[in-house]
This record gives sequence, C-alpha cells and structure tokens, in this order.
Amino acid sequence: MNIIGALFRRELQSYFATPVAYVFIVIFLVLMGTFTFYLGGFYEQGQADLRAFFNFHPWLYLFLVPAISMRLWAEERKSGSVELLMTLPITPWQAVLGKFLAAWAFTGIALALTFPIWITVNYLGDPDNGTIFAAYVGSLLMAGGFLAIGSCLSAFTKNQVIAFVISIVACFGFLLSGFPMVLDVFSGWAPQVIVDAIASLSFLTHFSNISRGVIDFRDLIYFGLLTGTFLYANTIVLQWKQAD
Amino acid sequence: MIEIDGLTKHYGRHTVVDDLSFRCESGEVLGFLGPNGAGKSTTMKMLTGFVAPSAGTASVCGHDIATDGLAARQKLGYLPEGAPCYAEMTPGSFLNFIADIRGLKGSDRKSRLDEVTDRLNLGPVLHQTIDTLSKGFKRRVGLAQAILHDPEVLILDEPTDGLDPNQKHEVRELIHSMAADKLIVISTHILEEVEAVCSRAIIIASGKILADDTPHNLAMQSRYHNAVRVSVGEGTPLEEVEATIKALESVDATETDQVHGRVTAIAVPGTAGTKAWHEISDLVNERSWNISGLELETGRLDEVFRQITQSGKA
Repeated sequence: MNIIGALFRRELQSYFATPVAYVFIVIFLVLMGTFTFYLGGFYEQGQADLRAFFNFHPWLYLFLVPAISMRLWAEERKSGSVELLMTLPITPWQAVLGKFLAAWAFTGIALALTFPIWITVNYLGDPDNGTIFAAYVGSLLMAGGFLAIGSCLSAFTKNQVIAFVISIVACFGFLLSGFPMVLDVFSGWAPQVIVDAIASLSFLTHFSNISRGVIDFRDLIYFGLLTGTFLYANTIVLQWKQAD
Repeated sequence: MIEIDGLTKHYGRHTVVDDLSFRCESGEVLGFLGPNGAGKSTTMKMLTGFVAPSAGTASVCGHDIATDGLAARQKLGYLPEGAPCYAEMTPGSFLNFIADIRGLKGSDRKSRLDEVTDRLNLGPVLHQTIDTLSKGFKRRVGLAQAILHDPEVLILDEPTDGLDPNQKHEVRELIHSMAADKLIVISTHILEEVEAVCSRAIIIASGKILADDTPHNLAMQSRYHNAVRVSVGEGTPLEEVEATIKALESVDATETDQVHGRVTAIAVPGTAGTKAWHEISDLVNERSWNISGLELETGRLDEVFRQITQSGKA
C-alpha cells in the first residue's frame, strides 16, 4: 500500500510539475462549458438539471482521456525510466495501479473543478442533487474505464501519438458498441449471443443509466470489471514489452 | 552473492547472451568487459529482473530473480545504462520517492538521504529540475538513487560513460570507497577503468565468457608484459638503438615509434621478469646513449582485450 501510495504521489506531482496539467484542466473546463451552453442548450431547455452537461462527457472523454493516458507508459518506455521503475522492488500490479490511480485522481480533479456549473443550476432552480451526484459518480467511473483502456494500450508502444490514436479508436469502439455501426460488423456472422454481449459493453448505455440518477449494481460492476480487466491486461503487456 | 547459471537470452534467432555461468562474492569489484553488443547490458538487465532470461537462472543474495524477484531487487541497487530518470522531478523529490519505495523511515531515512546527497555533491542542485542538470549531475542522481538504501549488491551499467575526466575520477573514488563490504558489478568498455577499480575482470563477446581473471593477470597475457620502452633523446640514432636491442638474447622483437622517438623491446616469452630491462639498462650505460626514459611495462590490457575478443570472432 505504501508503495502504491509513493508511486501515486510521484505520478500526480509530475502532472503538476509540467504545464500538461494546467493546459489540460483549462481546455477541459472550456470545452465542458462550451458544449453545455452552446451545443447542449442548457438555458434553452429551461430545466433545472445537468443533463445538457453530462450528455457530452462521453464525447469529451473520448479525446481528452487518451491525451492523459497516452503518456502513462509510452513516455516511460521512450525515456528509459521504465527500466529504473521496474527494477525497483515493486510488482507490476503496484506500478500499474499507482499510475492508473494518479491519472484517475487527476481526471477527478478536473471533473471536480466543473463545480461552478452545479452552483449555477442550484442558483437558477431547484435540481435533484442526488441525480447530479450520481451522474458525477458515473462520469468518474466512465473516465476510469477510458483511462484503463488507454493505459493498457500505452504500454504497447514508445510513441505517444500512436498510443493516443489507438486509444481513441478503442474507446470509440467501446462507446458505440451498442450502436449499429459497431454491431453491423458482427451481426452478419457472429451468433446472437455474441452480438448481444458486445451490445452490452457500450459505455453510453451504462453511463446514461447512471446519469439519470439510477445507480444500478450492474452498471457499477460493468465499469469495475472493465477497468480491472484492462489494468490486468496492462500488467501483462508491460511485462511483455517493457524491455523492447 | 550473485550466482549465474547457464543464463541465456535469445532475441528471435539472435543469441545475445549464451549460456553464461559465474559467481561472485562480497568485497569484489567485478568489471564486465566487452565490445559493444557483447551482451553486457542484457546480462545486467536479466540480473536486475528487467529482462526475463530465455534459459538459465540467476540469484542475488540467494534470491532467485525469476521466482523471488522482489526480494532480489530489494538487495540490489542498479544504475541502468545512460542513467534514465524522471526529468521533470528535482533530485530532492526524486530521492525522496526512491526512499519511499525502499521503505526507508525516520532517522535512518534522513541520514541516508543526507549521506548520498553529501557523497555525490548533490547539495547545490537539490531543488533544480533534473532536466536542466548537466550530464555529470544526472549521472550522480542515478548513482545516488542506486546506493540510497546501502545495498549489498550494486550493479552499475557504464557508470562513467560520457563523463569528463574529473567526474570519472570521482565516480571511481566512490566505487573504491564502497567496495569493502559490497559486491559491485560494473560494465564498461573503458579499459583503464578496469585497471583502476576492478578486482576481477570478465571479458565477454557474443554472449560468451572469454576470460575471467584479475586485471593484473590478464595484462600479463599481453605480449607487452615485461616489455621495455626506451625513449631516445637527441643525438642518439634510433636505428642504432633498435638494432642493438634487437640483437639481445632476451628480446624477442622491437617496435619503433618514429614520432615520439621510442623503441619498445618485447621480451622473449618465459624469460625472467626484468631480465630484458637489466640487459637494456646495462647497454645504455655501456654505449652512453642519450636516453630520456626507460620503462618496464606490466602489459597492455587493451591489447589483451583485442586479442581475446577478436580471435573469438575468427
């Protein structure tokens, strides 16, 4: 636990030691605001909820989360510091978890900084704050899922741009796996069970459940399993590729 | 302390380390010598658990690197080639991170941090980002990280590569000062370094051990062992000196360096140590040559190294 804590602190500090953290947070907040007020029509809807805000989270995460996760392992491998890290007395699990938790906490910080929109909606009306809280939890879980995918793929390459692009593609697939553009690829030849299984993997369906204020156990398990699976895959990829 | 048995690494069809076996104990400074691409770094990476061996085993302080890697890594300090580091951190925060990982606590932690900072003169740059430091300081940060927990086994991959002569000297002093109660393994292709710091040298090429001895014994294999170098001054013809020396019974051959005005007389193998030297110095007195230097060579490690590593290839 101490070791994961040490890795977590080092990693999180390194975000704020470079301009990356500040650039990311500013762009994240500006885009969140723009999407909510202009594309989402927050005022026009005239409703005291944050649906206009949360609806765009999956799409913003699609581009912004891979921008965080791309450096997790690709940068370590490029600079060679992975050799230093992995020859310290730590296990691959501790390394993967420490880094993942730091990236997740960082995303959490960015998400928490959207609090003015929560103040705004409470000032303008009388929203259901329970629903809003649930949606924040759902959004954080979804960010964790995206991050785990991105972290795993980042361990495959030394090139951050490649890590970024393949992470977007993979996340896009997961986002839309309940939609025809993904399902049509499988429905022609795969048995119905598999098509249903793929459809049930969609981020969007699970997130929209939670963002409506319904915290279903199955949705939590879904995000937990997805994140866990990709982090496990991450440890395997790391051990396989670290010395290349 | 370190036991390596049949250690092998293939990359595809290419065998980088080929059935390597040796053991070494505390108090030794083992120099790992070899041309570039000989498998030095790969062997070190396997010893530190970064690269998984294709075959064979290795253990550090009795802990097998494959089955008990965590315990093995706790016992050793490692400076990877090129001393990679987290460039955005400061040496201070970086060393604190290492202390966290190594589980150093309380007064022990503080005294260890102070000691390595002091020993490697990191004080003035402790709060500067590593990115902005010179190569010498970066290397020192890497060394500080490796010795922070006072490990029993220290593995340094090319610790002086790219440093200036003063910095090289400092690193060698550091290795000397720690050698008594540790096992230190260094890899290098700088031969003077082996002579300066190592108590034992292993020469490898193409992943195989070609020689394993003390640097002194290795140098004795040189044809220049017990050779005599005569620096000829003005007024004495080089040709005459060479011809006369060559005719001596104890001299096998001579080499002339026209530029520096030197004649090197190579002793007949098997003759008593200083026989050629005595004969030549007698000759110098007898003929009243103008000589500015008369040196007895112990042998040239670089020549032995070339001979060993290149004959292996042919």
